[in-house]
Amino acid sequence: MSEIYISKEKFPEVVGQLMSHGRVYGPVFQGQYHEFARLDKPEDIDLSFQNTRLSPKDFFHPHSERMFTYSLAKDDPERCILKEAPKDYSTKVVLGIRPCDAKAFQLDDRNFDTETIKDPWWVQRRKSTILVGLACNSPCSTCFCTSMDTGPFDASGLDVLMVDVGDGYVARSVTEKGRECISSIKGVQTVPAQAAEKEGQLKKTAEESMGKVLDMKPIYEKKTLELFHDPLWEEVHFSCINCGTCTFACPTCWCFDIQDEVQGDSGDRLRLWDSCMFPLFTFHGSGHNPRSQKIQRVRQRFMHKLKYYPEKYGNGPACVGCGRCVKACPVNIDIRHVARLMSTSCSCPA
Amino acid sequence: MRNPYLPYPVRIESIVTETEDRNLKTFKFVFLNKEDEEAFEYIPGQFAELSVPGQGEIPIGIASSPTEKGFIKFTVNKVGRVSSYMHNMEEGDIMGVRGPMGNWYPWETLEGKNIVIIGGGFAFTTLRSSIAYMLHPGNRSRFGKIDVVYGARMPGLLLYKEELAAWEQRDDIGMHITVDSTDDPNWKYNVGFVPAVTKEKAPSAENSYAIICGPPIMIKFTLPVLTELGFPPERIISSLEMRMKCGIGICGRCNLGTEYVCKDGPVFTLEELSQLPNEY
Repeated sequence: MSEIYISKEKFPEVVGQLMSHGRVYGPVFQGQYHEFARLDKPEDIDLSFQNTRLSPKDFFHPHSERMFTYSLAKDDPERCILKEAPKDYSTKVVLGIRPCDAKAFQLDDRNFDTETIKDPWWVQRRKSTILVGLACNSPCSTCFCTSMDTGPFDASGLDVLMVDVGDGYVARSVTEKGRECISSIKGVQTVPAQAAEKEGQLKKTAEESMGKVLDMKPIYEKKTLELFHDPLWEEVHFSCINCGTCTFACPTCWCFDIQDEVQGDSGDRLRLWDSCMFPLFTFHGSGHNPRSQKIQRVRQRFMHKLKYYPEKYGNGPACVGCGRCVKACPVNIDIRHVARLMSTSCSCPA
Repeated sequence: MRNPYLPYPVRIESIVTETEDRNLKTFKFVFLNKEDEEAFEYIPGQFAELSVPGQGEIPIGIASSPTEKGFIKFTVNKVGRVSSYMHNMEEGDIMGVRGPMGNWYPWETLEGKNIVIIGGGFAFTTLRSSIAYMLHPGNRSRFGKIDVVYGARMPGLLLYKEELAAWEQRDDIGMHITVDSTDDPNWKYNVGFVPAVTKEKAPSAENSYAIICGPPIMIKFTLPVLTELGFPPERIISSLEMRMKCGIGICGRCNLGTEYVCKDGPVFTLEELSQLPNEY
């Protein structure tokens, strides 16, 4: 592990150094929100943010991406043979990602990068991306990462964790990739003693500001079918309008669709984000739909995050408590409330 | 590792219209590359994504048996965009196949057992694969008695008619073909719904496993018959259909609780299904 101290004065120059090595992305204030974008100049980055409106899952799982291309021309000897679409896997640094989002990608890894099946695009992008995170000194009112097996200073999903200690940043490497990144930076200081002390205080304050608002254990202990058939879903689904915003914003919602698109004599096979909130998601060709009802789709989303995923992988929920779905939901459905209902509900014997 | 989304290119070698209503056609594919054929090693019960550039992909059960070499076969019902397009394709056309995918009928467990196969309508494809596999001279002795109850609404809707007739002639398989109704005076097989015919033929449950595939309504009414005959839920095996995209357990749509039908299924025992949310 290596650690450095970067004063705020010096920070733009450090960003510039990173930019000279390759692509650097960071939170940029666009319109009314912060979003991750490629930096054109070091000053573009704005670290005075709580979190970006959308999750940065786009870095590894783009909203729409070309998988294959093909020719449909009658006289083409390669007609109808799919070719892999070229992609840019040059090193990319994501600067200022929050610990919760980085943790989310580790949860997603279990889906995309397994022993038997590897999603080639996800795996290569993960490999070529360096995540330089920024700890959360002041979490939002909608944040609950501390209840979801992560936290505002959780470095586990990151390559480097930076902490804003007031007049500068303490940056500490977590992985070998992160150590190489830090050691490439020139003209930095060693971490002053008072900065390290400040860091501990900030962590404590941030964690305490959220507290532990949820107890997930009862959910894990209950039987899947008991939760599945529980009447609580009647209440939860009632106001949902199936807009899919929660799945769009969520860093652990990875579901996708595959579609072909043709223009003239050539075509593309595309991968696009999809959502379990949409009836078409499970609609059979025959017209049958196993999740034709809204209540079934709403239940699927929460059960997947809070029950199926932990049961399948035996390791915490598929939620990192970033609170984006809570903020973005047009009808104020709050996953914390749903989790509480799930943990307190009981199917009492009649 | 090979890109799991990249289909093997295949050529349509032949297309056979199976049913009178012309809604079901069997496609025989030959791999363009020999090494792809070798890589496509499958077991009866598995499925594959049929991939038509410009249209999309559909998950279809493999109807051929691994004992049949040099080609793979799929029977496709005309329902949506890809399957309708396929019905207008011609012999010699190039498309793709991705797979094999999913689990298979538990052949190791089934060894030495009597097998009762119950099929309805066009869900007979992987059952056809299984029958051809078990009847192969190298395999037949591995299994006990084989009984098949196969029903369609009317004679013209039965799949693989020539093979059915050939199996009827054999003495090492008990064929019970049935139709819901027919006005054909020469119809020499059974008339009646699959549950009723199953009850009438009453295959013994002793040392037996049942494999059942068909429309939900057929399954619903046949299960009580099997239970009555003495088949416990762990010896009733079924195969599920789902809307799928990736076919490899990643895209997220075909789950029953924790299990993905594409990767952990499509074959489940009734016992396994009873532990899962019934969203199929």
